[in-house]
Amino acid sequence: MLAKRIIPCLDVTGGRVVKGVNFVGLRDAGDPVEIAARYNEQGADELTFLDITATSDGRDLILPIIEAVASQVFIPLTVGGGVRTVEDVRRLLNAGADKVSFNSAAIANPQVVRDAAAKYGSQCIVVAIDAKRRSAEEERRPGPDGQPLGPGWDVYSHGGRRNVGLDAVAWARRVAELGAGEILLTSMDRDGTQAGFDLELTRAVSDAVDVPVIASGGVGTLDHLVDGIRVGGADAVLAASIFHYGTYTIAQAKRRLAEAGIPVRL
Amino acid sequence: MAGGRETVAVVDYGMGNLRSVAQAVLHAARVSDRVDVVVTASPQAVRDAHRVVLPGQGAMPDCMAELERSGLREAVLHAAATKPLFGVCVGMQMLLEHSEEGDTPGLGLIPGRVVRFRLDGQRQPDGSRYKVPQMGWNRVWHGFEHGAAERPAAHPLWAGIPDGSYFYFVHSFHAHPADPGHTVGVTDYGVRFASAIARDNLFATQFHPEKSAAQGLALYRNFLHWNP
Repeated sequence: MLAKRIIPCLDVTGGRVVKGVNFVGLRDAGDPVEIAARYNEQGADELTFLDITATSDGRDLILPIIEAVASQVFIPLTVGGGVRTVEDVRRLLNAGADKVSFNSAAIANPQVVRDAAAKYGSQCIVVAIDAKRRSAEEERRPGPDGQPLGPGWDVYSHGGRRNVGLDAVAWARRVAELGAGEILLTSMDRDGTQAGFDLELTRAVSDAVDVPVIASGGVGTLDHLVDGIRVGGADAVLAASIFHYGTYTIAQAKRRLAEAGIPVRL
Repeated sequence: MAGGRETVAVVDYGMGNLRSVAQAVLHAARVSDRVDVVVTASPQAVRDAHRVVLPGQGAMPDCMAELERSGLREAVLHAAATKPLFGVCVGMQMLLEHSEEGDTPGLGLIPGRVVRFRLDGQRQPDGSRYKVPQMGWNRVWHGFEHGAAERPAAHPLWAGIPDGSYFYFVHSFHAHPADPGHTVGVTDYGVRFASAIARDNLFATQFHPEKSAAQGLALYRNFLHWNP
């Protein structure tokens, strides 16, 4: 059977890989090829590059990074952040990306997911969903059937700043129907807390779709990774800080998963 | 590979970005190998090359149509008759006689057909549903004990690669060679299927060596040193 995947996430801006906490205190984390090679060496199954550049002017600077990494590191590469059009997908794939991730643009224009998947195949189209548990007030909002929505998670766009009024599970189902080949699911409640994934959210989305789900947001310990797969039903787990700060290596994470009886590529 | 420089042609018939394939082959070469890797749409360059890699992405009908339209079909058949050729993904599927995908005839270089995964209703060992396409890392078995009852010794391209190593797959269809002797690697995904096939100077994989880290590069390195 397929191995469950461990995916380190690298933030990129201005053509450099950076690290920081909640976008504060960004600092240069070194050469992208070196970092990618180190994670590859440790056994990472994929790498995700997130372009956190705020302006479209700086956006193209990620292309040389992807080109450089793709020429030296031979594992799948996913790129997300600011991807808007089918043309963006083409340029990133040509630079060496294997998958491209839509987020806000898919919400504004779901057709772009369909078009990109039709042109390049579902296997290279990811939709990232930033989800946050509804407040008591938000639970009273009427749903599609006119009844109060009740407990659940709302989708946010623009880096988590805007509640777009979509239910996260329903949205996951919809993007999978549109042709997304994978869902990168981030819990905004847990992101940066190191308190573990939102397992209920992860399970709800995993059960709702037939495409792989990558759990993201909140990893602080290796057991959190195990829980994301075991309890949350995720096909892959994504983490940034525990790897960037050297708290754990990918190899340690792989061994913990293997000890828990989860199939991993060792 | 003693002697002069060798050229490896990566056949570019317009289906997908071939740079990662070319870079992985180049990366796999040892410093002493003196290998040139060219991504080429020229039939003559394919004829002149010492070795040929035939990649393939997307749908089999599109790949076969583009191979024909680009004028590269004859050059690929010539290569298959005369020198080491490595097929990857749909580049593997095209070597067979026929694919269910769009009811498409292949090149017919290896007897057999290409069929779709039929895994509806089946559950993986952990209780989850099988997903199609298979997308991710799975194990390839090339030793005696895991394959069909009667199989030859491991193919030389597996030298130094442990049995059961993980490789990266993205596919919905898989090869079904008519002669079990042409299967040189198998993978389990609801069904046991041929993830590597070979005949004489032909070797092909369903998985992507160029995305399979060290073991993928080892396979390309063995291909560069293979003299069938």
